[in-house]
Amino acid sequence: MKKVLVLTEAKYGSLRGVSLEMLSAAHRLADGGEVIAVAIGNEAIYYANELGKHGAKKIYIVGNKELDMYITEGYSQALQQIIDMVNPEAILMPHTAIGKDLAPRIAARYDLGLISDVIDVQVVNDVVIFTRPIYSGKAFEKKTVVSGIPFATVRPNNIPMKEINGTTEIVRLNVEIKDIRTIVKEVVRTSTGVVDLSEAKIVISGGRGVKSAEGFKPLEELADVLNGAIGASRGACDAEYCDYSLQIGQTGKVVTPDLYIACGISGAIQHLSGMSNAKIVVAINKDPNAPIFQVADYGIVGDLFEVVPLLTEEFKKVLVNS
Amino acid sequence: MNILVLIKQTFDTEEKITLQNGKICEDGVNFIINPYDEYAIEEALKLRDLHGGEVTVITIGPERSENALRTALAMGADKAIIVDSEDQELDEHSISKVLAAVIKGRKYDLILGGNMAVDYGSGQVGPRLAEELDIPQITTITYIEVNGNQVIIERDVEGDKELVESSLPVLATAQQGLNEPRYPSLPGIMRAKKKPIERLEIDDFDFEDDIDAKTVVTETYFPPKKDAGRILIGEIKDQVSELANLLRSEAKVL
Repeated sequence: MKKVLVLTEAKYGSLRGVSLEMLSAAHRLADGGEVIAVAIGNEAIYYANELGKHGAKKIYIVGNKELDMYITEGYSQALQQIIDMVNPEAILMPHTAIGKDLAPRIAARYDLGLISDVIDVQVVNDVVIFTRPIYSGKAFEKKTVVSGIPFATVRPNNIPMKEINGTTEIVRLNVEIKDIRTIVKEVVRTSTGVVDLSEAKIVISGGRGVKSAEGFKPLEELADVLNGAIGASRGACDAEYCDYSLQIGQTGKVVTPDLYIACGISGAIQHLSGMSNAKIVVAINKDPNAPIFQVADYGIVGDLFEVVPLLTEEFKKVLVNS
Repeated sequence: MNILVLIKQTFDTEEKITLQNGKICEDGVNFIINPYDEYAIEEALKLRDLHGGEVTVITIGPERSENALRTALAMGADKAIIVDSEDQELDEHSISKVLAAVIKGRKYDLILGGNMAVDYGSGQVGPRLAEELDIPQITTITYIEVNGNQVIIERDVEGDKELVESSLPVLATAQQGLNEPRYPSLPGIMRAKKKPIERLEIDDFDFEDDIDAKTVVTETYFPPKKDAGRILIGEIKDQVSELANLLRSEAKVL
């Protein structure tokens, strides 16, 4: 039995799916022990119920105004005070922009090992085993912590959420924040879609075949209908058809959606490693010999500018009928 | 200003991964500088050319990693340090402790590195080292400007842009889009041969804390291989409706 601390995360006011996925992982780890959630920001009161339904026995809501925007030093001070208070026997954080920045800092502060970007957690004979992709998904490794408590960051979209009945206690508190050396001056929201690429269940991705920035238009229309996110290959980013933040592959993001639709992407090995662990891959390409077809579950050999708008129309019909 | 750049030698991203006795096999593999670290080197060179000072590249790795340092020197870095890690089991905890020991006592204003390495991809060493040195960190940066003792940085946050200000010294990790790294020039390669490389061993340092790895790999394996998929045939219109049906009824992802 372990007491597990989970740092939950919300974005633009709504709880991120990975928060609930972590709670489910935390329950496996806790093995009957207590799962404690931390939420930063008073708006957490609106989703505390959701955390409770997924097994958070206690929720610490940190209300400091200074933490309205993520700053490494502010968040690490807050987490440090909570860790010292709770004395957890395992810690989980999300493998998101915040977790990636914060978790290693906390790990170093407590001289803890940290296993990043895990996609699975199992407890076998009291040993906690984490699974994570390496070489951006070309291979996997299993890791364990040999000294200190288990600490990991969890990749969104991989561990199934699970509802767990029980009662929840909410504790609101303020922490002491001091000596901050960095200031966030401005945040410019440039991400186009509402759905974040790393958490999207459906990703529509464009390559050199989209030919221009305007060429992404039909893909965006398809993404709208499917409530998906837009991604891109390195080729499309290098040709400046889109921003690098959309890049999927070994030097970009690794995504594991339920459905990945590759449009005009030939499928270089670096790209394949970033997406080939998607549940279902659809490839649309003019070249029947494109390597992307080797990892695709379904392929259409054809011009994306003809196929994609037809697909959008088709899905509109299908989804209306369902 | 003095800039330290942390680099790692990694497999070329074109390489396929093979296993030998359950471990990743390095035979015949082409090694490169981790692409994210290349952005860090390039940015350091630009800042040095603008503000003066020197750029020192640092790596921890086996002997082959020296090639990565030579490349960085050929790009224009002034000095290099290698800490030999041959036959040592190091994790991110150990690596950042060793780096902190190398860096403490040296003069620096800015530490740059990649935001992650394309091999093990944990992205821990930058923030861990910043904590060890008790300096602020700014990760996944796409722009940096130094004004006296202050830096203005733009960082990528899952596609959004954040403008951050910090005092120096600071540790920043590079994201794609920061710059376009230069190729080493021929004169650069010639000059690199005369530039100093400081060779250190882990045993050279007295560590206050335990640097033993806190985590271990128990198994490395490949994802299950996917069967070749189905290429649809017929009129494009029919293929499209077939696909929509398959995704709904067979794949059940819609």
